[in-house]
Parts: sequence; structure tokens; C-alpha cells
Amino acid sequence: MAARTTAASLLDLVGSTPLVELPRLSPKPGIRVYAKLEGQNPSGSIKDRVAKAMLDAAEASGELEPGRRLLEPTSGNTGIALALAARLRGYPLTCVLPANVTAERRRLLRLYGADIVESPGEQGSNGAVRLAIELAEKDSSLFMPFQYANEANPRAHHEGTGAEIAAALDRVDVLVAGLGTGGTLMGAGDRLRESFPDVVVAAAEPLPGDEVMGLRSLEDGYVPPILDVSRLDRKLLVTNAEAVAGLRLLLEREGVLGGVSSGAVVHAALRMADELDEGVIVCVLADGGWKYLSADFWEAADVEPTMDRSVWW
Amino acid sequence: MAAVRIPPTLRAEVGGARELDAHGSTVAEVIDDLVERYPPLAAQLLQDGELAPFVNVYLGGEDVRTRDGLETPVADGDQLILLPAMAGGS
Repeated sequence: MAARTTAASLLDLVGSTPLVELPRLSPKPGIRVYAKLEGQNPSGSIKDRVAKAMLDAAEASGELEPGRRLLEPTSGNTGIALALAARLRGYPLTCVLPANVTAERRRLLRLYGADIVESPGEQGSNGAVRLAIELAEKDSSLFMPFQYANEANPRAHHEGTGAEIAAALDRVDVLVAGLGTGGTLMGAGDRLRESFPDVVVAAAEPLPGDEVMGLRSLEDGYVPPILDVSRLDRKLLVTNAEAVAGLRLLLEREGVLGGVSSGAVVHAALRMADELDEGVIVCVLADGGWKYLSADFWEAADVEPTMDRSVWW
Repeated sequence: MAAVRIPPTLRAEVGGARELDAHGSTVAEVIDDLVERYPPLAAQLLQDGELAPFVNVYLGGEDVRTRDGLETPVADGDQLILLPAMAGGS
């Protein structure tokens, strides 16, 4: 019989996402591959966890007075998640995003009620971060949760994502997640080490196209303050073509329509599987493919030219 | 000999090349070989004898920081990629 439960708010449905086995993706009989389906969060991505946790923390500390405007650099998912949480809690939101993100993401942000400020597309996410910091410095009425430096981000994954995986499985040998802010890898990685001390925490990292690396010098590079690379066991570079190959495999073999970073995570997971004879690999799939449907890579024979001018995760 | 992919930000220092061949049996030796031929690279790539914080070096598609850092062995025909650290996380 179906359970008689209701939720008081969409925000109460953040987290507790399904963990599903992907037996048709496993390359060896002794290896079990699982996917944490973060696309099933209310706004469609893992960032619902982060947005909710950052607002909870800022409200609890008193920094975030009722009605104060939020500002966040984001190429999509964090903005959409923040826009949902901000709308339900009564905060206006401005998102700073690179001009070359997909049309769906811009439209979704607007529909959820966010205002948009565009940063130069060729400067990628670093450009959005730079511009957001400038705007926040000029206007002290703005509150910037700033996922890159906010400890509530990894904490949401320690107490949520990681704890949920640890509770669901008796064994985890490898955790694979996309590297963006580092929140998932730091938080869920640390939580899994508590239960499974030998777990290998592996990051899948995008190889950006030349066009989106528009930095004047390497000193303009950016390492998120919450990311401590020494707490990653592996850090694997994944090309756009490899990520799309992973996406197609995920869809064809398991019927999972993932976002670009999910394809990269699958690619990295299969690379890790090459090194193992047996074990349990958990893939964190950050979002579904819906927000990328206008992109040309899905059926493209040559993927790179369709992707090298944008930031994908 | 290894092939080293050069990011757009560093191409001016190496006469515009997208990729360079370099010698060395470790990542450190490969970088030393590049720096010897293109001295301005030193200030960009290294800081106090370590990789500068905003520089990532990948060997066979893996960040050398999660292998043996500058001491990671390089074999003949390996491909290295130099990249600036980028903010991700949508």
C-alpha cells in the first residue's frame, strides 16, 4: 500500500535521492556500479542541497535578513536551485552567469524569478565569479551566499549526499563525482571515509575548450576556497567527447538521461573500474539531461566543435 | 620525449605553439626542459620550486597532484596537459 505522506514544502523534498544500480554499465562481474540520481531533487539538480543549506546557515547566523537581495555567480544549476529556495523564502535573487550558457538555463532562471547579469562568455565561470565579487563589493545591501567558499556547501554533502550513500550500502570502494566547487567531493568524500576508510574519492574534471579559458595569465586562475585537492585521491580530466560518450552509454544501457557532468562521471567511473577486479563504485549524477536538450552534441558525430565554446559544468 | 599541450594563456611565452615536445623522465624534468628553452614560463608555472597554485599539470589525463606531483614519472610518448585552475560548479 502506498505510504500516506505529504511534504509541507518543496524544500522538504531536497535530498534523499534514489541510489540505483547500473548493472549494464559494469564492465566486470565483480564490480557493482551505482548512481545517485541527484536530478530528482526539486529543481532538478544536486544544487538544491547546497542552496537550501546556504540559506539555512545564513538565516541561522542572522546575516540574511528577511527580503535581502541575494547575488550568486552561477552557470546554471546553483542559480536555479537558489531561485527556487529564494522564491519560497521571500528573497529576490540576481544571478551572474556567463553569456554562453544554454538557453534553457537562462529561461529557467527567469521563470523561477531570478534576475540575470551576464558576464563575458569567453571568460567562463571565472569571469562570473570575478564580476559577482565586484558587484557585491560595490553594493553592501547584496548578500552573496558564494558556493565556492561557503562551508554550508560541503556540509550539505557530508550530512546529506554522503550520509545517504553510507546508509544505503555496506561497501563503497570508489566515489566518483564531478569537480566544480568541490563541495560534493569534499563533503561526501569525507563522510564516506568515516564509514569506509579505504574509499577512493575520484574527481571528474572538465577539459575546457580553448575558447573558454580566456584568462590573461595563470594568476587569474581560481581554486575554490572550499576545495582541498590533497583530500582527493584521484583527479581525472574528461574531454567533452568522453563526457558525451558516457552520456550516450548511460542512456542506451540504463535509460538514464544525464547532464554533461554525469557523462563525465560515468567515463571516469569506467576508467576507475579498469583498475579494479571487484568492488563497489558510486557515481554521483548531478543533474538530468533536460537542460541540455537544445545543445547540438547529443547526435553530433564530431562532438567537440559543438561544445568547445561553452562551460558545461 | 613527451608532448606538452600549452594553454592559450601561455602560448605567447612559447612563440604561439599549442603543443611542444619536451624531454625528461619526471614531470619536474619536463618542466625544467621547457623553462630552459622558454625562461618566462618559470614565473608562471613554478612557485618556490613547486607547481604554482593556479597551474594544473595532467599526465595521461590525471592531475599529477593526485599522483606523485613533480616527481611523477614520465615515459617516452606520454602526453602532458598544462591548464589554468578554473572555477566550475555551475
